[in-house]
Amino acid sequence: MSEPVSIAASPAAAPGRKPSFSLPAALRGWVLPLLLLLLWWLAVSLGWSKSPLLVPVSQVWHTAVEQTVSGELWRALRSSLWRDLLGFAIGASAGLIFGTVLGLSRLFESLLGPSFHTLKQISLFAWIPLLSVWFGLGDAAKVAFLSLAAFFPVVLNTFEGIRSVAPELIEVGRVFEFSRWQMLRRVVLPSALPSVFAGIHLGLIYAWLATLGAEYLLVSGQGIGNTLIDGREHFKMDLVLFGVIVVGLVGFALNWLASQLEHRLLAWRGRSVAQYE
Amino acid sequence: MAHAGTLTLQNVSKQYEVKGAALPVLQDISLSITPGEFVSIVGASGCGKSTLLRLIIGLEEGYQGQILLDGQRIKGTSLNRGIVFQEHRLFPWLNVRDNIGLGLLNSDLTEGQKRMAVNEHIELVGLNGFETAYPHQLSGGMSQRVAIARALVNRPDILLLDEPFGALDALTRAHLQQELHRIWQQEGITMILVTHDVEEAVYLGDKVVVMEPRPGRIRQVLPVPLPHPRDRASYAFTQVKESVLREFSGHPAAELIEPPLRQEAPAASQWQFAV
Repeated sequence: MSEPVSIAASPAAAPGRKPSFSLPAALRGWVLPLLLLLLWWLAVSLGWSKSPLLVPVSQVWHTAVEQTVSGELWRALRSSLWRDLLGFAIGASAGLIFGTVLGLSRLFESLLGPSFHTLKQISLFAWIPLLSVWFGLGDAAKVAFLSLAAFFPVVLNTFEGIRSVAPELIEVGRVFEFSRWQMLRRVVLPSALPSVFAGIHLGLIYAWLATLGAEYLLVSGQGIGNTLIDGREHFKMDLVLFGVIVVGLVGFALNWLASQLEHRLLAWRGRSVAQYE
Repeated sequence: MAHAGTLTLQNVSKQYEVKGAALPVLQDISLSITPGEFVSIVGASGCGKSTLLRLIIGLEEGYQGQILLDGQRIKGTSLNRGIVFQEHRLFPWLNVRDNIGLGLLNSDLTEGQKRMAVNEHIELVGLNGFETAYPHQLSGGMSQRVAIARALVNRPDILLLDEPFGALDALTRAHLQQELHRIWQQEGITMILVTHDVEEAVYLGDKVVVMEPRPGRIRQVLPVPLPHPRDRASYAFTQVKESVLREFSGHPAAELIEPPLRQEAPAASQWQFAV
């Protein structure tokens, strides 16, 4: 391009570039994982590395089949998921109640708010020594840890949601002589719902992350985290890799479920930005 | 007993506390509104016209003087008084039918009567077929229709309108003014409209209350002696409008309509950077 560039010329006027290759948007997310898989396969089959850390793809596949058929995978998954959901249910319910009370009552906020905001600064993992002393190394301690992981995001988002109710809508309620209960049920809670859901969603993810953390730090019993530890201790890299993939898939599935539920229950938001936020 | 819906304001004053000092918002407002009357209130922003409505609806308290509805002092909000705000204030999680039904939550009607009342009011504002639509699916004009239906569904004696069409485009606004006029005649209730649109005030009002700011006072109450419905293009209409504008601005109307535009053509050199 030797011609002087004209400022007036818009980018749209430039000669159109045809997309040389296009992939349906839904499939684009698969490009990177598949490339990595290919690279892995090549690395092993072309002998780029002799390290025992790099196991062939086929071996991981065999382990996957073996774990699935023998029922090991299901036993481990069942224990982990059960703890995850139990801890999440306890933590999220407590978080909902606590967040609602904190949001509704200035008195409670001034009494409990500062303590809560201090406690939430403590890294989750710092609770482990305390929890193991109180609850031992068994399921109780793990569930307590998971509850804590789910509790904080749910409280914070519930509180935020309730506090950010539009005063304009409260006024509409006052014009129609809403009672305190009607105000709560018809105005405050519905408008807090998107934020509450965001908290529950986060809580679900945190609880799953913490499930692994708990199994790692409070080693005893069964679980997908223990499968990983076993694999490492016996130097079975195929088992470790398989475990990592399962953990990722479960996290993905939980996230997807939460999104679907949120999408259905909050359909009223539509595509437009919420107007009173 | 007076007629239902006679609203009387006697020497109403209101001030806010700002940093310990009293800031007067309304001063000595006296006004009498007969049942079924349409009163427009115009004034520049800051003249307290919205505060006046908020006092009448009962969302604000703490004033001097009296606001009486049928001789009774107004205390808090009541299903007897409806309001349409400038923003539609619909609940985004409820569809049209449920938003309107919200007004009936505390009414004495049976469930069946409530359903009928909601349907009637959907019909009244011309939203048949949109019963299950959500607010985010509605245009600004349609949302405001729902807000009007919600305010009327209790069959209040008085409907207050706080610049209800201020955020709408000119065409929609003109259309909704006509609709509101039809509803007013059909329902026969008292309406008080706050607006900064003089034409709107004259088109709808039986009388136009002109307010002036700092502190908010009534400058003049002008009757609109024209038969309904009004022809905006008629000479008589224009004359009333002019007289309101004269009161409104304290200046000849023409100046207000066309604020003096500085027509100094910028020197060519000033435009160079914009190329």
